[in-house]
Amino acid sequence: MADGLRLDRVRVFQGRRRLLEVDATVLPGTVVTLMGPSGSGKSTLLSYVMGDLAPGFHAEGRVTLDGRDLGGLAPEARRVGILYQDPLLFPHLDVAANLAFGLPPGSPRAERRAAVDRALADISLSGFGPRDPATLSGGQAARVALMRVLLSAPRALLLDEPFSKLDTGLRRQIRDLVFGRARAAGIPVLLVTHDEADAEAAGGPVIRL
Amino acid sequence: MLRPLPLLTAAVLSLPVAVGLLGTVLPAIGLGAVGTGLSAEPFRAVLDWPGLTRAMAVSVSSGLLSTLGALLVATLILAGWQGTRAFVWLERMLSPLLAVPHAAAALGLAFLIAPSGWIARVPALVLGWDRPPDLLILQDPWGLSLTAGLIAKELPFLLLMMLAALGQTDQRRRMAVARSLGQGRIAGWLKTVFPALYAQVRLPVLVVLVYAMTNVDVALILGPNVPPTLSVQVTRWMAEPDLSQRAVAAAGAAIQFALVLGALAVWWGGERAVARLGCAWVWAGRGLPERSARAAGLVLGVVSALAVLLGIAALALWSVAAGWRFPELGPDALTARSWMRFGPEMLSVAGDTLTLAAAATALSLLLVVGCLEAEHRFGLTVGQRALWLLYLPLLIPQVAFLPGLVTAAAAFGLGPSWTLVALGHVVFVLPYVFLSLAGPFRAWDGRLARVGAGLGASPDAVLWRLRLPMLLAPVLTAAAVGMAVSVGQYLPTLLLGGGRVVTLATEAVALAAGGDRRAIGVWGLGQTGAAFLPFALALLVPALVWRNRRGLRHG
Repeated sequence: MADGLRLDRVRVFQGRRRLLEVDATVLPGTVVTLMGPSGSGKSTLLSYVMGDLAPGFHAEGRVTLDGRDLGGLAPEARRVGILYQDPLLFPHLDVAANLAFGLPPGSPRAERRAAVDRALADISLSGFGPRDPATLSGGQAARVALMRVLLSAPRALLLDEPFSKLDTGLRRQIRDLVFGRARAAGIPVLLVTHDEADAEAAGGPVIRL
Repeated sequence: MLRPLPLLTAAVLSLPVAVGLLGTVLPAIGLGAVGTGLSAEPFRAVLDWPGLTRAMAVSVSSGLLSTLGALLVATLILAGWQGTRAFVWLERMLSPLLAVPHAAAALGLAFLIAPSGWIARVPALVLGWDRPPDLLILQDPWGLSLTAGLIAKELPFLLLMMLAALGQTDQRRRMAVARSLGQGRIAGWLKTVFPALYAQVRLPVLVVLVYAMTNVDVALILGPNVPPTLSVQVTRWMAEPDLSQRAVAAAGAAIQFALVLGALAVWWGGERAVARLGCAWVWAGRGLPERSARAAGLVLGVVSALAVLLGIAALALWSVAAGWRFPELGPDALTARSWMRFGPEMLSVAGDTLTLAAAATALSLLLVVGCLEAEHRFGLTVGQRALWLLYLPLLIPQVAFLPGLVTAAAAFGLGPSWTLVALGHVVFVLPYVFLSLAGPFRAWDGRLARVGAGLGASPDAVLWRLRLPMLLAPVLTAAAVGMAVSVGQYLPTLLLGGGRVVTLATEAVALAAGGDRRAIGVWGLGQTGAAFLPFALALLVPALVWRNRRGLRHG
């Protein structure tokens, strides 16, 4: 079974202490939820999948994406997108440039402009291109962050408690949007959370740490 | 007692600059004490000087290129290596170089790159040359060696300033996002972290630009000779016994100041252009040749650090060399003769230099602690405008306002003197002491003050018995920074002392022209040592005083 994101007996350590061990397969178009208290190493596991482990941590075990071993690849070569609880839009770029940031290089400028405009229309933010990201509402910023990562055409998506800072009404809306888009893109999604409602909405297998 | 201190400090930073600039402009148009009525004569004299065009061109090119070079290398090092073991190692190599005085670093570098210097000896040995190559490497007419020297000396400063500001840029998460979106390490850093970081270090970068364009000490040692840079020529006019030349010097200084303003405008335009290009680059989505860019950053950083370190080593070796003929890589034998000959005088001047530095630093510390304590007690915060004020004496070229300050002081009957030099040093020492101490002072846990007050301690008692003792290490570090700055001051010492106040800086630069390598070795090493001694004490004293207080170490 080559497709999807496969975590093959991945163990995360802080110094000599083992934080967690996970063995899981995330199929394309599905969401696997990882639940656990804070400090259990969930986010660190995501860093490992990204290829961006902080100093002081190390991990063992194989991570493959669509059959390709990610070990040793630079983060930018892995094509793994991530959403954090903050939208982390780049404050010095306007909304359009934020979206263009992740577009794969090579296409002509007009095409890139068009792709960004389509993406903005897609999240009901047409005309927001030249805006300063700091002027967006929380929900708008979350949508831009989602589109930014989807435009980069990732082959897997990691979600690091991305809904925890949104208020309840908005949370459901953004959650449905994210899961819907990820399913439509047909990519594996790994969600880390401590909110049961998130796990329920994800609809996939839940791993409790 | 405390309330007027912030205002007094503001005056110390701005008045000398304002009075000095006025004292430069007035004689330049024929007014003031040495003038004979409004006239364009001083400017005409400068314009008649045949070297003017070249002097201006070298001043601009060496200033802009060296600032750009140091910024580029610092950026490549940070973007490519931050968080790696190589970076820690490079940082350890570069940080101490911050304390090396400009003159000593330039003298060392001259020993390295001169046609008869250490570097040329390698091909000479291999190819069997028996005399130095006939190349004008040192003091080349276009100021290339001057530019290289400035890059090597300013790199540690910019790197440490950028490193200190990096904490406020959220770089880890920005980089994680950028790389997950397919950007390489350096390209992603430049697109996401650099804009925020540059905004933080803009003022220090401008300080480097102004210094690089207008410095006199490094330009005298590494810069071209006929014609010299404009600042050096202004200093020469100032030194003429004929007092009417003072007006010519003033006109030259005014032109130099205008040149700096022009370069700042160019830099400002460059910032806009780079921002625009950066945006276009983000849109294009392209990366960089990551591997080569990383390698370039590491190599340039190591070469730059080695240039200064080996230069100091060359100074040291020459100071103990007996005979040392040209192609040989080392001296025939070691001897203490040069130290016996120049050592006693050097040590006595070193004593004077450190006394002067201690006086200027003590006064600066008093003002800085006063300002910070006033801020704490009365909420007299000064904000962004104060930051500009702090940088004012560093952003206005010394050569533009010091000549005027000398003239103005003379008009008030204050001739050149030791006191004037010490007060002049305060103007340049204070900003660095403030920048160094403000962070730790403000970060001190204010709850301790409330606990103290609850135990009946007055605000003064809290300051003297709690805050300052606990902040011993940062206070001493700030003092060491201040003393190193003072030890390196050349132009203020020369001009405000009227050539009669002798320090290691003035002696070392004066010797550079003579070419006695053993003397230069002793004096250059002496200046380096004088700058390092306070740092050693700043490390040692808190470790000794607080040897039984684990909570106060690493503070």
